[in-house]
Amino acid sequence: MKFLTNTNFQIIQKRKVAYIVSAIVILVGIVSMVINGGPKYGIDFTGGISLELDFSPVEEGTAQVQIDEIRDVMKKAGQSGAEIQRLGKDGSNIFLIKAQTSEEGNQMAQILKAFRSELPAYANKTEKEFVRLQQEIGPRVGEELKWQSMKALFVSLILMIIYIWIRFELTFGVAAIIALFHDVLITLSIFSIFGREISTSIVAALLMIVGYSINDSIVVFDRIREDLRKHHRDSFENVFNSSINKTLSRTVITSGTTILTALALFIFGGTVIKGFSFAILIGVITGTYSSIFIASPIVVDWFQATKKDHPRFKKMTGRK
Amino acid sequence: MNNRSVKGMLIFLFILLSLYFVLQFVPGIPFTWAQKKLNLGLDLKGGMQLLLEVDFSEVNIKKADKENAVQSAIEIIRNRIDQFGVSEPSIQRIGDNRILVQLPGIQEFERARNLIGKTARLEFKLVAEQDEYEKVLTNVDTYLKKNIEKYAFLKEVQEELAMEDSDVASDILDDVADTTATEEEAVETDLLDEEDKVFTNLINSGDTPYTIAYDYVGLFKELIKDPSFKKAFPSNFQLVLGKDDKDDPKSDRPFYILYSNPEITGDYLDDASTSTGKNMSDPKTYNKPIISLEFNRNGAKKFANITGQNKNRMLAIVLDDVVYMAPRINDRIPDGRAIISGVFNMMEAHDLVIVLKAGNLPAPVNIIERKDVGATLGTDSINAGKRAGLIGLIVVAIFMLVYYKIGGVFANIALVLNISFTLSILTLFGATLTMPGIAGLILTIGMAVDANVLIFERIREELASGKTIRSAVDAGFARAMITIADSNITTLIAAIVLYNFGTGPIRGFAVTLGIGIIGSMFTAIVIVKALFNTFVTSSNRDKLSL
Repeated sequence: MKFLTNTNFQIIQKRKVAYIVSAIVILVGIVSMVINGGPKYGIDFTGGISLELDFSPVEEGTAQVQIDEIRDVMKKAGQSGAEIQRLGKDGSNIFLIKAQTSEEGNQMAQILKAFRSELPAYANKTEKEFVRLQQEIGPRVGEELKWQSMKALFVSLILMIIYIWIRFELTFGVAAIIALFHDVLITLSIFSIFGREISTSIVAALLMIVGYSINDSIVVFDRIREDLRKHHRDSFENVFNSSINKTLSRTVITSGTTILTALALFIFGGTVIKGFSFAILIGVITGTYSSIFIASPIVVDWFQATKKDHPRFKKMTGRK
Repeated sequence: MNNRSVKGMLIFLFILLSLYFVLQFVPGIPFTWAQKKLNLGLDLKGGMQLLLEVDFSEVNIKKADKENAVQSAIEIIRNRIDQFGVSEPSIQRIGDNRILVQLPGIQEFERARNLIGKTARLEFKLVAEQDEYEKVLTNVDTYLKKNIEKYAFLKEVQEELAMEDSDVASDILDDVADTTATEEEAVETDLLDEEDKVFTNLINSGDTPYTIAYDYVGLFKELIKDPSFKKAFPSNFQLVLGKDDKDDPKSDRPFYILYSNPEITGDYLDDASTSTGKNMSDPKTYNKPIISLEFNRNGAKKFANITGQNKNRMLAIVLDDVVYMAPRINDRIPDGRAIISGVFNMMEAHDLVIVLKAGNLPAPVNIIERKDVGATLGTDSINAGKRAGLIGLIVVAIFMLVYYKIGGVFANIALVLNISFTLSILTLFGATLTMPGIAGLILTIGMAVDANVLIFERIREELASGKTIRSAVDAGFARAMITIADSNITTLIAAIVLYNFGTGPIRGFAVTLGIGIIGSMFTAIVIVKALFNTFVTSSNRDKLSL
């Protein structure tokens, strides 16, 4: 069985189309972020509390707890802005409650106390039975984490640009980084459009996307480097295009298997890593797309515009 | 040793390592030489994690001493945890003044948190005399009257109280409506005087100890923290709240005016223990939990002096600025023993003894981040991870088999080896598997086949260009190798950065990702190559179903 072998798609020739498509998606994302007042940060960045509670009735025969009852208790506990979400299907009694708190202190204990006294039919049980997860993060820690995450992304980008610079040529490095920004921006855009929040695990996912997308771009670059040496006389556009086509089946198969596992993770992996696997899913798709339609085409544009007779470039490609 | 036997050794070692993990799950195997088991993270096992910050803001301390203070805080916390009985706790220092505490398996979150976070500064302080009480309260009232604008919350309360009072007053006025005008005036002046006593109005000053209504406890706490409030009265006095009543938490809280200088502190403590009151004639302690304190020799001497010199005065037992009790000294106590009773249940008493014995923290610690994971969530996560992993593995394996046939068989062998290699390395180095770690493992299933895909695609190309099977396979591996190295090194860079940036669970992800990448490079370049050599190129086939 084979597919996508011996293809000859005019990818380089029609690169403007891809540029425009990407620009539109990113633009929509940015507009959405502006409307929503920036990306929606999770409590690990803003500081706050998150509770996963099991509201299964204490006695059989009691009606299921309603989301509004929980909201009322949160309001009484002074958390009117709390976000409450039923995890799983309608029959589930497990709720995720998130609230942003401005001060450090033991607000969690007060909230739990409030549930125990206001909703005893559901909450009057041992801590072990009631609390699945409770997390409280001071606002200062969140602020620090935001900086650390930015730093991590920045450092990884710099290291990759250096690595590609050494192995290939600066142009390729810059193009790969532009493709990376593209992937990260699109992932953030989709998160904004779907109203999903950015937490530390999403930053981890973004870093993993960075790694994956670069990996993909490099496979194509590798082939381009090889083909540039082989086909001295051919035009840039043709060589690049045939290299992309030759690696197309590999690119699609690898991202296919990765997408399959990411999808398995998203569907079956449980609530804790839903957001994470969603980010990976989008990231792998855009990473694949950008390594085909963005990274190499940018190199072509750059070469055509400037660098045709740069000595390093000549050395790398063996062209005169 | 030639090249081939080096490779053979490597493969042998790799497979041995990969089996290492599988063996720990096979029951009945005498696997005594390696007792290591895979560590599960807090998020999978359930448990609690606290990030503590040693707070020096209220302690006068030199920079060099801060270092010691953090170290000794860690030691003391470790001591307390050991006594509480947690298996495999982890206490790590992070940065200058932070401490990360991880207690896997713990389910009594609130209790453990109280135990760890308590400063546990034990002090014995004399309670002020009646005339001193009055002096301090007058000072406070005068100060607050002058500075009421600074305390918005107090002003609100005062206005509320005034409203209530004027209701009362008008009631009284109604009652006295038919009496003479002079009497009316008298009532009014009385009220004005009352209004000036901003603070005294808040408290119940009938019996000792004085109490404050539950609703005002918050206000009280804020007031006594305020530095300029403290200057309102002589600094050798301080206002301190009494302990709340666990059985009736909304009842009025007692408060005390104490001498600020402690007579004796927990530094002189030799031992502490819990028991139940045996003295039937004392209904306050009989059959109730009590804590017995025993001072060391110097402490006993000191304690004897204090009790001898202050007969009939009240001595407050203060723990972390809360008065637990303030008994009246009946007689000199020569043997250095004291008991605390009446304000706690047995569990609380037990935990208090732990913190008293472990000693007090050199400075208060604040909990700046906490995460408690229930055991059920952990189990759910493991099950979800297993299911997602299994489904991912099966789908990818079937695809590889259908698409690359014999190559798919090789790739799948490599894949399974790679997963168990990753888990084995994690076990071997005592790393911890977290939920993001499981996610990383599952994702490497998808990504690890990449190396094989690169190789197989290349072999197909070489075959299509008319090469023989043997040279196509050789060329395919040779060409794909550069690409595999280049592309995986960048992913490895991402994993390393992630490891350095991340905390706990994220690190777990970075580690599994990194090991998975290395494993997949090795399996593809060495093991799959060997499989090809053994089963394909050596038997002079003329057809390769790839």
